[in-house]
Amino acid sequence: MADELDLAFERTVRSEARIEPRDWMPDGYRNTLIRQIAQHAHSEIIGMQPEGNWISRAPSLRRKAILLAKVQDEAGHGLYLYSATETLGADRTDLTVKLIEGRQKYSSIFNYPTLTFADMGVIGWLVDGAAICNQVPLCRTSYGPYARAMIRICKEESFHQRQGYELLMTMMSGTQAQRDMVQDAVNRWWWPSLMMFGPPDAESSNTEQSMAWRIKRNTNDELRQKFVDMSVPQAAHLGVTFPDPELRWNEERGHHDFGQPDWDEFWQVVKGNGVCNAQRIAHRRKAHEDGAWVREAAEAHAARQVSKEAKMIGQSA
Amino acid sequence: MSSSWPLWEVFVRGKRGLNHVHVGSLHAPDAEMALRNARDVYTRRNEGVSIWVVKADDITASSPDEKDPFFAPSGDKVYRHPTFYAIPEDVPHL
Ligand SMILES: [Fe+2]
Ligand SMILES: [Fe+2]
Repeated sequence: MADELDLAFERTVRSEARIEPRDWMPDGYRNTLIRQIAQHAHSEIIGMQPEGNWISRAPSLRRKAILLAKVQDEAGHGLYLYSATETLGADRTDLTVKLIEGRQKYSSIFNYPTLTFADMGVIGWLVDGAAICNQVPLCRTSYGPYARAMIRICKEESFHQRQGYELLMTMMSGTQAQRDMVQDAVNRWWWPSLMMFGPPDAESSNTEQSMAWRIKRNTNDELRQKFVDMSVPQAAHLGVTFPDPELRWNEERGHHDFGQPDWDEFWQVVKGNGVCNAQRIAHRRKAHEDGAWVREAAEAHAARQVSKEAKMIGQSA
Repeated sequence: MSSSWPLWEVFVRGKRGLNHVHVGSLHAPDAEMALRNARDVYTRRNEGVSIWVVKADDITASSPDEKDPFFAPSGDKVYRHPTFYAIPEDVPHL
């Protein structure tokens, strides 16, 4: 019987049909998905912090409204994804507790500080840009609710990237000091952006199984290459350079060659030793704990409404 | 804690003339809050003109395992489809 279920599952995946919540699925598939989608959801939620840092200091009402809308979208992305994990039997509060206790991860990119307003532009352009590269293929991931969440998210991400690039174009047409600020932000965010695709394929332990299950559709190195190829002409148009002496067009491959990020730094940040790890988690924990009374009050209000209604029904009977 | 808030499934009508379509879920203490939260989470860009929220517990679903027997009654009723009927090609508007 188990074999038969397994076969049916394999057949569905191989035929490019989607696995849906009430389908039988191997435990490994379910657990991999919960881990990956939760990590993705946590990244969206923690990712609100580096940009939230600049909302109150945005240089104009226009930029402030844009930044607010973007950060609100990231909250929405987190919620779509938590919703997808719940179709697999996970519990949202449990996942939040795991995040603030450091038992589940989020993308290491959000452990870098946002030092100037140019960072708001570079994050939109490169960080959301890298996220889009990662996420577009996930619109075809084998688990239905995850794929559908990714479709919604990708639609919204294009605004994120474009507002960032436009912000940078505006700064680049300003003073020399503003142009320097943009280049400085690019220098700081380029390598961490490349790290967003994960370790090189040779060291990525989960890739093979995830590709077989069609959860993942491309390897880390394939997506990283694609991102570099897309970003180079955008940088040229903007008038900035990437801090990589090895970056050049390779006619033979039809792709850019580029250097490797500092993977020791990557693993250090993943392990919790990045500049902002402690701050990000402490902030998330505080928001969760400070919100407890609101959740309890709403619950008490709902319970009272129910008992009021019950009384009225009792009286009219 | 929010886990004691019930789970609500959210359905959105994209525009007049279309059915409500399932878009996802959320937690909320009551139906009114579920509706407000659904607006903020699922319709930030005019994706809908109407929202339904339904407690997930109140939904009864067929199971994919019983898919074949469950939908079998419609399988052998080919006469429910217009293509079942052979009409000469020179009969117009049919
Ligand atoms: Fe996002
Ligand atoms: Fe984004």
